[in-house]
Amino acid sequence: MPSINKPLIPLAAMPKNEIGLTIRDYEGSMSTLCAGCGHDSVTAAIVRALFELSVPPHKVVKMSGIGCSSKTTAYFDSAAHGFNSAHGRMAPIATGANAANRDALYVGISGDGDSLSIGAGHMVHAIRRNVHMIYVIENNGVYGLTKGQFSASADIGSAAKRGEANTVAPVDPVMLALSLGASFVARSFSGDKEQLVPILKAAAQHRGLALIDVISPCVQFNNHYGSTKSYRYVREHELREIDPDFIDTAREIVADLPRDGALMVAMHDGGLVRFRTLPADYDPTDREAAMRYVNQANARGEIPTGLLFVDESIPDVHELNHTSETPLVELPFEELCPGSAELEEFQQSFV
Amino acid sequence: MSVQSIAAEDSGSEGEPRINDFSLKFANVNGTGSASANNLILRAIFRMGVPVSGKNLFPSNIQGLPTWYEIRVSGRGHTSRAQRYDLMVAMNGQTYAEDIGQLAPGGYVLYDSTWPLPATLLRDDVNFLGVPLAKLCGDAFSGPRERILMKNIAYAGAVSYLIGIDPQVLAELLEESYSGNQALRDSNQMALRLGYDYAEENLPAALPFRLEAGTGTAGKILIDGNTATALGCLYAGATVAAWYPITPATSVAENFRKLCERYRRRKVTLADGTVETRNDFVILQAEDELAALGMVIGASWAGARAFTSTSGPGISLMNELLGLAYYTEIPAVVINVQRTGPSTGMPTRVQQADLLECAYASHGDTKHILLLPADPRECFEFAVQAFDLAERFQTPVMMLSDLDIGMNDWAVDRFSWDDGYRPDRGRVLTDADIQKLGHFYRYGDEDSEFVTPRTIPGLSEQGAYFTRGSGHDRYGLYTEEADAYAQVVERLAKKVEASAAHLPEPVIRMQDGATVGVITMGSCEGAVLEALEALFSEGTPLDYMRVRGFPFDAGVRAFIDGHERCIVVEQNRDAQLRSLLILEAGVDGRRLGSILSYGGLPISAVQVIEGARRAIHQTGEQ
Repeated sequence: MPSINKPLIPLAAMPKNEIGLTIRDYEGSMSTLCAGCGHDSVTAAIVRALFELSVPPHKVVKMSGIGCSSKTTAYFDSAAHGFNSAHGRMAPIATGANAANRDALYVGISGDGDSLSIGAGHMVHAIRRNVHMIYVIENNGVYGLTKGQFSASADIGSAAKRGEANTVAPVDPVMLALSLGASFVARSFSGDKEQLVPILKAAAQHRGLALIDVISPCVQFNNHYGSTKSYRYVREHELREIDPDFIDTAREIVADLPRDGALMVAMHDGGLVRFRTLPADYDPTDREAAMRYVNQANARGEIPTGLLFVDESIPDVHELNHTSETPLVELPFEELCPGSAELEEFQQSFV
Repeated sequence: MSVQSIAAEDSGSEGEPRINDFSLKFANVNGTGSASANNLILRAIFRMGVPVSGKNLFPSNIQGLPTWYEIRVSGRGHTSRAQRYDLMVAMNGQTYAEDIGQLAPGGYVLYDSTWPLPATLLRDDVNFLGVPLAKLCGDAFSGPRERILMKNIAYAGAVSYLIGIDPQVLAELLEESYSGNQALRDSNQMALRLGYDYAEENLPAALPFRLEAGTGTAGKILIDGNTATALGCLYAGATVAAWYPITPATSVAENFRKLCERYRRRKVTLADGTVETRNDFVILQAEDELAALGMVIGASWAGARAFTSTSGPGISLMNELLGLAYYTEIPAVVINVQRTGPSTGMPTRVQQADLLECAYASHGDTKHILLLPADPRECFEFAVQAFDLAERFQTPVMMLSDLDIGMNDWAVDRFSWDDGYRPDRGRVLTDADIQKLGHFYRYGDEDSEFVTPRTIPGLSEQGAYFTRGSGHDRYGLYTEEADAYAQVVERLAKKVEASAAHLPEPVIRMQDGATVGVITMGSCEGAVLEALEALFSEGTPLDYMRVRGFPFDAGVRAFIDGHERCIVVEQNRDAQLRSLLILEAGVDGRRLGSILSYGGLPISAVQVIEGARRAIHQTGEQ
């Protein structure tokens, strides 16, 4: 357990966001993960992103499955409801919650065991439905809570702590999501907050499911020589070419936006994503180009990171369903129940 | 199985026809369109005011296999399978021998006489009525598909003549069914006429049984349980449904969709002036039953009324999350339209064999609230009640219907609705409530029924809590401490126990002089009541109790205590209701006998009568 106890009284006045809250208002209970765990860095990035977006803390709904990654929903935004559900089942539970109340920011945190093995089927279908939520996979290639078994994202040849090498082909959530028609696909590294925070902010303003695969090393079981999910390996192999800046147009003066010809993508809920550097021939709004790029980089042994693909034109689950703008949970019963006269009328076709 | 007939209800004097007391059986090939013809006959009899029931005995197949439909006409309202047929409509060459062999001596066979029946099938003791259906339809219709379809309507015409269905009623029904399609209406009318006229000219004018219009269906509707269940969910205010296709539950979700499209759609004008339709519902066809229940749990947790509908194999998958909902105290309504297990079993056959699984679904110590409807009217009422119970007690509630109730048409009293009804949302706190209380403990502060308050995510600013299926204490915090864990699970046991007082009480009928009680549940009711009437008339009075909910209330135990011995009638191999009574009502098993039917076809009164005679005889010997 890391020592992250913070002084009760901050040393200096803390900056406030637009709704008058400090970053402390987005923090959660103290992490019980191992010191140095990549997941805690992801948590910190989420706290930062929510703070910067000035989201009312109770309008966030935190969803997770079971595993080390799934514990992390307890470590941010204590003022939000959280649901640490069952192993692999985060996606359907989030889908149901979102169906009932579309007016909240759903932040789903899952892991490679949760999403790529036991819950793979559910993740696939949440992507197909384009459920409006952020879907973070804290991906470390290993089962941590059960002490070091390979997960479905372990690369062939990647060695376990005890030395044996994985022989089974990995599931790559980025390629999987792209092939399923996902509307927002990113990959990042827990050690790279500078990249992760803008991705999270863009994800929060995306309509539909924003999949973020975050390589998040397990310091206990998968951070040694031979592992392809260690801090060192990722730092050496990361291909960081598709970096986004997230510009919150709802709060910034649009005239000040840099007009340097960089690719700009407008997010559904108001923000803009500005891609800083892009390799030649790469268009993050072109699914085929993204798939080709990721595939080629993978073949070279590189880990491409950044906001790899985004398409704001794909309708989300509620648009497809033409759901009431008012969240279903707020519709009064009187509007939902047809009443006795209609029941009489309906039964006329059964006589 | 030996089939002994029950004395005809209204045998009449010699030479007089039996009125409104006979059974028809239709032997068809599935996928040929016979269902609409059989349904037409059923509805016509109902509309003539004569109590009637229909049972579809169909294969798990789309086209080409044998399928049967039984219609029982009973002026006294008996609905269970007759197992004695007066008229067999033999339309399937594959099953001629079986179908003709089933007829009681003196019975009638209607067959397609376009081709002669093989001589080996002829019996001296039954009457053969030939109607050249293929020839009649071949001459009258041109398309090959229409020729096949219309043969069915043509036999419906012949049967109508034979049993005395009013042609005016038939014309009316066709008019209603095909109001949007004049061509189809006309060809149906013509086919009906072909069969009717042929029978009138060539077949005997009077059979020993016939219909007589009456008022026996006044105030009743003819409806299937799955439609009724969907209607109940609509009226309860359910806004989210999640499901995975499965026989025999599929039509619950499909009907819910139809109802929502009719009653839950609004036109809205957008900012740019365009008018769009908005749905006040979300129906999710899930990737599997596990996900379906997950979606229901998510939606209920977020404050909506949500349900899923499934059958046994789906319940097996849902076990995992039933435990989650139980332990995290989230309402979840699950409709289980039971079929024959185990495993895939016989998907189109009926059983009541999920009782024990549902009562204790999931690993760990769990117990669930069950509702046990007997007919579509109770499906409607219990479906509404299921949501109230689930929200009041913050736990899963399963309604155990079955294939017989769910997919067959039953004549039941019209449904009524109290416009004063408002949902029981249970203990849900708002910001103002929390302000007043000064604190919020998710799993503490229980009321007299051991229910604790909850808050709704995204709606209240205060009262955020962390829901977890892992060990938690009364504050909802993670714990591995024995006492803190035990405090929560002990309250859960008491909470579910407390729900018994809110469940539908058992239906009890007492008879003078009875010392033995008969206990049953669900769709057995028709067969059991008919059997009790027959046994009473032969001098054996028996008391009756139909259990309608679990956990059992005090009335269930009192009924058993009031009898020397009880016989439990149910449709499964292992006497699951009997076991549950022994386990949960503290009954000595030696006082409970069993009548079990588990072959997959709905239980008949004959089975109950024979079983009761055996059971009573055994008691006498002791």
